[in-house]
Order: sequence, then C-alpha cells, then structure tokens
Amino acid sequence: MTTDIFAMQLFNGLSSFTILLLMALGLAIVFGLMGVINMAHGELMALGAYMTYLTARFFELYLPGLMGIYLFVAIIVAFCSTFAFGYLLERLFIRHFYDRPLDTLLATWGLSLILQQAYRSIFGAQEVSSPLTSWLSGAWDPVPGIQLPLNRIFIIGLTALVSLAVWAILYRTRWGLRARAVTQNRKMSSAVGIDIHRVDALTFALGSGLAGIAGAVFTMIGSTNPGTGQLYIVDSFIVVVFGGISSLLGTAASGFVIAQSQTTLEYLMSGSMAKVSIMLLLIVVLYFRPNGLFVSKVRTS
Amino acid sequence: MTRINRRRFLQLSGTAVAATALPSATLWSGRAFAAEPVKLGLLHSLTGTIAIAEAALVDAEKLAIDEINAAGGVMGRPIQPIVEDGASDWPTFAEKTRKLLQRDQVAAIVGCYTSASRKAVLPILNQHHGLLYYPTYYEGQEQDSQVIYTSQEATQSVIAAIQWMATQQGKTFFLVGSDYIYPRTCNKIARPTIARVGGTVVGEEYAPLGNTEFSSIINKIKAAKPDWIYSTVVGGSNVAFYKQLKAAGLDGQQQKLLSTVVSENEIDGIGRENAVGYYACMGYFQSLQNPRNAAFVKALKAKYGQNRVVGDPMECAYNSVYFWKKAAEKAQSFDVDKVIAASSGLPLDAPEGQIHINATNHHVAKRVRVGRARADGQFDIVYESGLIEPNPFPKL
Repeated sequence: MTTDIFAMQLFNGLSSFTILLLMALGLAIVFGLMGVINMAHGELMALGAYMTYLTARFFELYLPGLMGIYLFVAIIVAFCSTFAFGYLLERLFIRHFYDRPLDTLLATWGLSLILQQAYRSIFGAQEVSSPLTSWLSGAWDPVPGIQLPLNRIFIIGLTALVSLAVWAILYRTRWGLRARAVTQNRKMSSAVGIDIHRVDALTFALGSGLAGIAGAVFTMIGSTNPGTGQLYIVDSFIVVVFGGISSLLGTAASGFVIAQSQTTLEYLMSGSMAKVSIMLLLIVVLYFRPNGLFVSKVRTS
Repeated sequence: MTRINRRRFLQLSGTAVAATALPSATLWSGRAFAAEPVKLGLLHSLTGTIAIAEAALVDAEKLAIDEINAAGGVMGRPIQPIVEDGASDWPTFAEKTRKLLQRDQVAAIVGCYTSASRKAVLPILNQHHGLLYYPTYYEGQEQDSQVIYTSQEATQSVIAAIQWMATQQGKTFFLVGSDYIYPRTCNKIARPTIARVGGTVVGEEYAPLGNTEFSSIINKIKAAKPDWIYSTVVGGSNVAFYKQLKAAGLDGQQQKLLSTVVSENEIDGIGRENAVGYYACMGYFQSLQNPRNAAFVKALKAKYGQNRVVGDPMECAYNSVYFWKKAAEKAQSFDVDKVIAASSGLPLDAPEGQIHINATNHHVAKRVRVGRARADGQFDIVYESGLIEPNPFPKL
C-alpha cells in the first residue's frame, strides 16, 4: 500500500465515521435517551432524502440561478419537515406505546412498511436522483496523487456542526436540562413541574429532525428509493447499541471504532468479509460489556 | 408490562394487513369484447428491494397487451392480464406462480427478474406444466423446457462485451460486482474470456448487496490503475458507486467502465451527470434508430408520460408478450406444449430489430450493442454485433 492510498484510506475512515455518526445521532436521542425502539427511523431519513429531491426539483424549475445553494435550503427543509412529522408522530402514535417496548417495535415496524409503500406510491419504485451542486463535485488534491472528495469533506464539516449543536442543546440550554431530567427520572421531573409530555414530543421531534438531516446529506453519496431507510437502520442501531445506549459520547466513540476498522478491513479483505469481521467484533465486545462501550449512570427501576 | 388484549391485537394486525395488502391490487381496465378473454400472468416484484428495477417491466408488458387488444387480441380473444406481486421474496414468487397456474389457469406467465426468483419458480412450472417468459439478462447455465428466455445470456453480454473491450486500447481489467450469483457467475465467465483475448485481471471485488460505501474498493481501483472496469454492481448500490467514482476523480472521461446491468432505467436514478461517459453492453438501447423502435418509444411515452425512459429489460418484457402471441397464433392454440413447439425459430420484428427464438435452446438470437452514456441519460451506440445465436452453456 503506497502512502497516497494509505492517506486516502485514513480519510475514508474519517468520512465513514462522520456518516455513521450523523446516521446514529438521531437514533441515539430517540432510542438512547428516550428508550423508544423506532423501527421507522430509517424511513424518516428517507423522508429527508425525498424532501431534498423535492427541493432540488423546485430550484431546477423556479430558481435555476440558485442551484448552487439548494443543498443548504434542502437541509433546512428536510430538518423542518421531519421535525414536524416526528412531533405529530409522537403526539398521535408513539406516546401511546411508552413503557411497552415490544408493542413499540411492532407498531413502528408497521409504520415503516406503510411509509415505504407511501413513498413508492408517491415517488415511484424507481430511484430518484438529487443533483450534486458543482462546487461539491470533484476532489481536492492537497498533494498530487491524493484526491479527497469535496462532498465528503462537506459531510465531515456538517457532522461536526450538527454534533456540536446537539451537545449545546442538551447540555447548555434549559430545555436540554429538562430533557435530561426526564430521561433520568420521569416521575420526579413531573413532580417538580416539568411538562414531560411536551419534553417527550420535542425530544422525539429533534431525533427525527436529525434523521432528516442525515437523509438529506446521504443523497450526495448514496441513492434514494423507497427502501433507502432499510440500508441505514441496521447500521444506526449497531452504532448506538455498541456505544452504550443513553450515552452520546459512546455513540461517537463506537461510530469511530466501527468506521475505522470497517474501512481498514475492507481494504485488506473483501467487503462482505469485512462486515462479517465487524459483526464478530461486536458480538465479542457486547459479550464482555453487555451495556456497550460507555455506560452512563442512570437510575433503573 | 407488555400486554396485548384483543383490541390492541386487532389494531396491530390491522396495520400489518393494510401495509401488505396495498401493493397486490390487481389492475385491469376491461374492454368490451365478445370473445372470452385469455389470461396472461404478469409476475414481478412491485414491492421490496428489487421493485426498483423490476416494477417497470409490468408497464412495458401492459403496453404490449393494450396494443394487441386494440388490434383485435390473440386469435380474436382479448388478453386479460393478471398482475401478481412477487414482493422481492423468492417463496412468494413460487406461491404466486402456483396461484396463477392453478386458480387463474393463465395461458402463460411473463415474469421474474432475478435468477433467484426464476429458480424458485421452476419446480412449480414443471409440476403444473406452465409456461414462463423470462425477460431479463442473466448469467446463463440454464435451459428449462417450460421457460423461454427472451433477453441476453452470458455469451451475449459478458463475453461479447469483453471481446469488444479488448479491441479498444488497454487490456487490464478490474472486476467489480455485487455479492451474489449473477456478478460472481459473470466474473467466472469473464476471467477465461479475458485470458483468451490476451488481457489480465488486476483485481476482483464484491460489495454486499445494497452497499453504499465504495471508498475502499475505489482506492483499490486507483492502486491497480486498470484500463477497464467491468462492473456488475446492481440496484441502489450503483448510485453510490457511480457518484463516489466521480467524486474520486474517476469519471467517464478519466476511467473506462463498462457495465452489463446499467440501462437507461438505472441511469435516471444514478443521476445522468454521474454516468456520463461510462459504457453499457445491452441488446437494446432507447436511442436505436428504426421505425419499430420509434413507434414503441412513442407509445410508451404516450401511456406513461414524456419523462419515461425504456431500458433493455423493459423492451424484452414487451417482446415477450408478442413472442407468446405469435407462437399461439402459429400453433392456433394456447396449449403450452403447442406454443413451445411453435416458438422454435419464431421470428419477431422487435424494437431492437429482427430477432428470433433459437430452434432448440429456448433463448433468443439477437444483436449485442455497446452504448456510451450521454449527458441526457441516453446512450450513443458505439458498437453493434451481428446476430448472435444464444449459447447458454458456453465452453470456458
């Protein structure tokens, strides 16, 4: 392996870490903090991706001069629509299933099937493509022989920004404080006057909104079709579970470990064997640390 | 506590039933015909992962049926399509085949896309003595008495493609595919063919089905610097593969890549700007210039909208219905044995040109073409072979 390839492999590892992290952040909040097993989380990502597609079409038709910045608008549109959808979903659907994890699993799985079929009816079974803006296509060559794709650099930056924002919201705002309080002890929080239903709805909506951002960003590297969400959901769950649920730091650390070992192994052996090795690694780690890499101290009853 | 009472259970199962029942609605816009209709089964995945590639085939088949019915049907009898959803699930394909043959008593079935679904259907076809028209390119190595294969087998795609690639400059090949039977068999056929044309294989990589992360494979390609990439990556993975190739600086101008699976249908999902300059090897391209194809494309756009594109499998699906009609008329019967017997050597004026079913092996003799993707998602045809007789069991 030459130095050029080695450098690009390192970059790939970093890039796939940020992709995994972006994918898992929303789930870390919904599943990790709230304990809701949302099987439809992948479909929320697909919703974000379809919103990006719609925004791109809108710009193509009405504002062709501004195509260069459509992605920023699309990310905001995707966040807002999945946030709103998540809010409604929690109020009308999810809240009836709290404390019943098995029912949640079945109900959200049903929801995911309904959403997939809805996308298929609305957008068709074929893939749809969102164009990549010209300033994001191509690669940056720091030295000859090394090409770092610009869209991946963009994703790295965006993930850093989003993670920082999530951290700030949860640890530096009143609302974040309330959300963490509700996570730790619902009854007590309610007793001291926190409107736990409102906090639940907003937390779930935030997690959904993050899924929307992830979906919008993935249109740059992957495909958008009704089943897109299914591709991401398993990886997201693995990252969150491996990191230790209810620990955002754990999610980040586990994303990093999985991404780096995945890209390294992929280079050394075939893609399928790399996946198998990662799964074996996970099983071994979870055997010795059933709660994941990081366990935050929460009261369990 | 998890407790499921009856009401809860009904709600839950209602959701599940609603989700599964939606896709299987059978569509048929009836016309007033005096004669009793003859039933034709259309069995494809309308839902699930393969629906992306497969659902469009039903559209093409329905177009052919509409045309035939408008022109008076088959021997005066209108065709009634019975559409079933295989749901990208192989046991479902088998079950629906049984349903079509036993309950609906269809005269023939046009169906399947993946080899796995076809293999699942074969025992049922043989048991109930049905007839299947299989309209997708595949890896060959099969010749069932109850199946007519209307698309390309390996010698008409892989081998022809590699022979053409070798005539272009450069003879080092990098093989990339999705990890399942079709790509692995294609590459097994490709290796000796490459050796025969004096080329070398500098890499062979497989990505799991549905994979969207190709950065490591792309780095391996960069390290190996092949003249040609031969790709059998399928489905949604292609989108990721092409986009990431382009982002890594290996676009259609810098790197020669030929795929035997990417048709016009896939290009729309990949994004036209990402596929420009790459090659595809097919029997049919929408850009073919002949009056029959012009009429076909026009009819399809009139029925499904001006933005619809047609790829090779759609055209083969369309041909399948006509092959069946012609065979039945030649046999003057819908009896499966008689239709199969009449199919031997049967010619058809198809959008891809004059083609015919081989006298003995149930496959179709056709021309192989190589196209280069343009910015508008269509292909410039850069090579066209003579009529190649099918050979499903080539000597390697």
